[in-house]
Amino acid sequence: MTTTFSGLAERVPDFGMIPGLAEACPKDRSLEMYRRICRVREFELQCKKYIDEKVVQVFCYLSLGQESFPAALSMTMMGSWVVPQHRGHGTCLLFGMEPAKIIDELLGLETGCCKGMGGSPAIHDISKKILGHNHLIGDNVPVAVGFSYAKPGEKTICIFGDGAAEEDYVIGALGFAATHKLPMLFICDDNDLSVLTPTRDRRTWKIHEVCKAYGMEGVDIADDPWLIDHYVREFQTKLPAIINVRNCRELWHQGTGTDGAPEWNRFQITRNKMIELGLEKEITQIESEAKQEMESLWLKQLQKLSETSHAST
Amino acid sequence: MAKTVAETIRDLTREHLEKNNGLLMGQCITAVGWIQNTVPPHCVNLVELPMNDNSGPGMAVGAAIAGRRPILVFRFQSFLWMAASPLVNHAAKAKAIFGYPAPVFIRAIATEGGSSGPVHTNCYHSIYMHMPGMPVCAPMTPKEYEQVWDYYMKHDDPILVSEHRRCYLNSEEMPDIIMDGAEITLYAASAGRLNALEAHKMLLEQGVKANLIHLVWLKPFEMNARVMEPLRQTRCALVIDSTYEIVSACEHLAYTLMINTGFPVQALGQFDRTQGLVPRLENGTPVPERIVATAKEMVGMKKLWGKKSA
Ligand SMILES: Cc1ncc(C[n+]2csc(CCOP(=O)(O)OP(=O)(O)O)c2C)c(N)n1
Ligand SMILES: [Mg+2]
Repeated sequence: MTTTFSGLAERVPDFGMIPGLAEACPKDRSLEMYRRICRVREFELQCKKYIDEKVVQVFCYLSLGQESFPAALSMTMMGSWVVPQHRGHGTCLLFGMEPAKIIDELLGLETGCCKGMGGSPAIHDISKKILGHNHLIGDNVPVAVGFSYAKPGEKTICIFGDGAAEEDYVIGALGFAATHKLPMLFICDDNDLSVLTPTRDRRTWKIHEVCKAYGMEGVDIADDPWLIDHYVREFQTKLPAIINVRNCRELWHQGTGTDGAPEWNRFQITRNKMIELGLEKEITQIESEAKQEMESLWLKQLQKLSETSHAST
Repeated sequence: MAKTVAETIRDLTREHLEKNNGLLMGQCITAVGWIQNTVPPHCVNLVELPMNDNSGPGMAVGAAIAGRRPILVFRFQSFLWMAASPLVNHAAKAKAIFGYPAPVFIRAIATEGGSSGPVHTNCYHSIYMHMPGMPVCAPMTPKEYEQVWDYYMKHDDPILVSEHRRCYLNSEEMPDIIMDGAEITLYAASAGRLNALEAHKMLLEQGVKANLIHLVWLKPFEMNARVMEPLRQTRCALVIDSTYEIVSACEHLAYTLMINTGFPVQALGQFDRTQGLVPRLENGTPVPERIVATAKEMVGMKKLWGKKSA
C-alpha cells in the first residue's frame, strides 16, 4: 500500500515560506532549535526500536517527521501551559517533562506518568504545566479553552491534528477562544491524514480560515522550523492565534510501519540548511549527543523494567 | 466454506448499498482494512464522514428520515458517548414526537484487551438501552446477524447493533445448551457468550451441570419459554455480558428474569473501575474462571436456602 497524498497545492515543503529567515536567525538559536529537533527524533527512534523488539507493547503514536513545531514552539513559549494531542511525545519532552516518566508509561510501569493507565496518547506532567489527552481526538481542545479562560494572565498552547480540526466540539471551542480573546496559541499539526484518510476525502475548508473568520490571527505554513519560530514570536502579542503546520508523518498512524518515503523529509532539509549556514561541525556533535542521551535514557529505564519483572516473578 | 460474521456483514451491506440505494456512513471507512473486512471496498453509497463525532451521527439521522436507511459505523463503542444525543433524542424519539421514523442501523464495535486503552477498549451497549425507541442487540454468529438485519429492514426503528471484534471470524452458530439435571442457568451476551462457553466446559469438568442460553436481543428482552423454562428448572442463574456490571444490560436482564420467575439471578460484567493499557490493568468480559467461581457460589447458596426452607 502507498501513502495517499492529497495532491493539494499547499502540500509542498516551502509553503508560505519567507526567504532569509534561517540566515537572519542568530546561530545559537538555530543550533538550539536543531538540538531540540534531534532530541525528539532520537527519542522516537529509540521508541520505534523497542516497539519493533516488542519491549514496548502499548499503542504508540510516534511523531517522526513532525519534530519542527514542538522545537520551534518551545523556543519561545516555555512556561506556557500546554495541552497536547495524542501524538505528543515530542511536545512533552521539549516542554520539560522528564523522559523517564514518558518511557515508564510506554513500558506500562507503575512509575509511568499515568501508572500504565493511559500510555502514549495520555502522557503529561501537570508539574511542568502539561495536561493529558484522553485518547478521544480533539477532546483536548474544549478542555484547553476552558482551562485558559479560567487562567487569565497565563498563556496556553493547544495542539490538535488536521482530523481533530473537524470535530464539532473543536470548532465550537475555537469560537469561544476568539470571542473571549483568550491568550491561546493553537497549533494544527497537519500531516494531511486522519489515520489513513487524506484531508481531500474529508473536507474542502481550512481550519486557519475558520479561525480567521472568528476574528483570530492565523497562518497556514509548511513545517520549516525557522518559519514556525517566526510566527510563534509574531503572534505572542496577538493571541489568540492559530498556526496550521503542514508536515509529514513518516510512519503509520500507530506503530512503526511505513508506506514508503514521506512527501518531504523535513529533517534532511533542515540539516542541509544548517550545513549551508556553516554549522556542519556543530550539528554533527549535537546529533551524536542527542543519540547518546536518548539511548542511555531508554537503557536506564529498561534496566528498571527487568528489575521489576524479576521482582514480580 | 461457511461465511464468517464479517463476510456476512459485508455481503448484506453490499446488497443494501447497490440494490436498495442505502448508505453506509462512518469515519476512516475507506482505509485500514475496510473496518475488519466488514465494508465492501469501493462500493457505491459509502459516505466518508469527517471527524465529526457529534454531527456525523446527526447527519445519519437526517439521511434515515429521508428514507436512505443508513448504516452508521462506529469503529469503537467509546464514540457512542459522543454520538448519543442525535441518536437517542432524535432518531429513537422521532416516531413518538413527530410521527415519522428515523431508522438508522447503528453498527458499534466493541473491543477488549490488545492495549487500546482506557477509553476505546470497551463495550457500551447498555447506555442506549436506557432510552425508549431503540432496540438493542448483540449478534455473534452469521445467522444471528442476518436475522437482525431482517428485523431492521422490516421495521422502522433505529437499532443499536453491538458487535464484538471477537465475533468477526466466527462462522459457526451457537445453539443453547440444555442439560438434564442442570444446577444453574448461564445467560450470556456479546463476548460473554464465548467466555461462558468455556466456563460451561470447566463447570462440567468440576461436576456442575449448567444450561447455557445465548442472548442476541437485549432490548426488548422477551420473556418466552425458551428463556424462562431453564431457569425454572435450575432455580438460579447468572447473566454474563461484556459491559460494566453496574447499571447495565446484564443487571437489567438479571432483574427481569428474577422478577418474572422469583428465582435469584446474578449479573456478571466488568468491574466498576477504569481499565488501563497493560495486562495487569485490564478489565474485560468476565473471564471463565470468574464465571465458574460465581456459578459455584450460587449453586452452593441455593443448596443452603433449600435446607433452610425445608
Ligand atoms: C473522538 C474520536 N474519534 C475518532 C477516533 C479514532 N482516531 C484515532 S486517531 C484518529 C486520527 C486523528 O487524526 P488527526 O487529528 O489528524 O491526528 P494524527 O493522528 O494525524 O496526528 C482517529 C480518527 C478517536 N480516537 N477519537
Ligand atoms: Mg492528521
